[in-house]
Amino acid sequence: MKNSTYLGGILDATKSLIIGLKTSIKVFFEHHETEQYPENRATLTFTDRNRFCLEMPHNENNEHKCIACGLCQMACPNDSITVTSQMVTLEDGKKKKQLVKYEYNLGQCMFCNLCVTACPQDAIRFNQEFENAVFDKSKLILTLNQPGSHCMEKPKPAAPKAEPAPSKKED
Amino acid sequence: MFDFSIITQWFHSLLTGVLPEWVTIGIECVIVLLFIILLYAILAIALIYMERKICALFQCRIGPNRVGKWGLLQVFADVFKMLTKEIIKMRQSDRMLHDMAPFFVLAASFLTFACLPWNKGLEILDFNVGAFFFIAVSGIGVIGILLAGWASHSKYPMIGAMRSGAQLISYELSIGMTMLTMIMLCGTMQISDIVQQQADYGWNIVRGHIPALLAFIIYLIAGNAECNRGPFDLPEAESELTAGYHTEFSGMHFGFFYLAEYLNLFICAGMASTIFLGGWAPLYIPALEGFNNVMAMIPGFVWFFGKTFFVVFLLMWIRWTYPRLRIDQLLSLEWKYLMPISMFNIILMALVVCFGLTL
Repeated sequence: MKNSTYLGGILDATKSLIIGLKTSIKVFFEHHETEQYPENRATLTFTDRNRFCLEMPHNENNEHKCIACGLCQMACPNDSITVTSQMVTLEDGKKKKQLVKYEYNLGQCMFCNLCVTACPQDAIRFNQEFENAVFDKSKLILTLNQPGSHCMEKPKPAAPKAEPAPSKKED
Repeated sequence: MFDFSIITQWFHSLLTGVLPEWVTIGIECVIVLLFIILLYAILAIALIYMERKICALFQCRIGPNRVGKWGLLQVFADVFKMLTKEIIKMRQSDRMLHDMAPFFVLAASFLTFACLPWNKGLEILDFNVGAFFFIAVSGIGVIGILLAGWASHSKYPMIGAMRSGAQLISYELSIGMTMLTMIMLCGTMQISDIVQQQADYGWNIVRGHIPALLAFIIYLIAGNAECNRGPFDLPEAESELTAGYHTEFSGMHFGFFYLAEYLNLFICAGMASTIFLGGWAPLYIPALEGFNNVMAMIPGFVWFFGKTFFVVFLLMWIRWTYPRLRIDQLLSLEWKYLMPISMFNIILMALVVCFGLTL
């Protein structure tokens, strides 16, 4: 309530000014939010929503999940993904697309996440590595698949259905 | 309490023994001048560092901490940057007045600075109307600010200077009134006497109890306004007037305004500690003899600086808490509230002194 009398106004003002001083002195002794960046590298964490750089996770056998379908390349609005693939004939005579090189241009990427949503295999994701500054533009073009890696064999969820088919062919 | 006048007397007699009187006084003046300039520079750097750190803490930040240990060299770096900058000469400005303006502000600041009692027997300007002289010379700063606004030939500085003129002249009344209140309690205007009394009979803020406390609060408010600091920083008003009266100044001429602003803060706090908190007088509690002896061992200038920096902290606390006032609010605060209250306070103090109700 605003007090309209002269002395009442002074009292009200004094009260609210003291509340202000109390609030600010409380902040003065509080924990400070500033992050000291190069020193806090070890403890620095980001929320999962941060998207800094695209990566293709590999397991311990140097296998990734990419089937080189090229959907991510088509989804990319900036042309920052180039998937190079080759056709190989498997032992069973089947033809299969295989990933040769997965090129990602970090400099062109706008981190829209469309490639990750488009991927049917969950083969790519954005990571939390943020120290991406380099002195040469060409260093921003990253090859995401590791050398010598290959696509992970499917655990074959439809095992009973899929098994009879090859057996028939073998016969 | 150690009396510094022993040393100064000894030095004076040493020089007069070998030199004529006028040469002695000349040499002493030069020494005092060097002392003032050195202290002025050191205090400015200390205050700027303190302001940045305290401002940061009030805003949940850390403040400068990269240049040197705890950011101690940050201010030195800024000062050297300022010294290397060019002083730009503008075509349409009134060159002579424009160049003179920062020196008026600086001169006012130096003269008031010289009034402060650093220790017992270590006053630079000390005569029977010291407090009056202090109020009088602090008014010179207004001329500098008005000149800066006028000579810049630009709208922002002009508006800033007019605001500043209105503000400083108004709030000088409150400063004068509150100082008058305390002079009434002490019965003297000589600054060394004011402090000596407080060393003998207790600090003025305790001795004068209610009216003294009221005067102290009014002095803090008006002092903050006198220093052109927030929440009364209308003359600068970054968001509306870019930088107010010193918009068109660059290099060290801007640096002088900046320096004077911080030193005025120190002078304002120093005067508050002199007339309210006992200057160099140590803390004295009647019942505790041992405690009093320990307190009396601490040299006077430590007490003075301690009290002054405490008041500086209070002023910074106020500055970083409240939002800026509008010009009409600012003037109505002074003319409708602070002035009548301080007038009433003078009468109250007169009654207290008359009836011997001081502690």
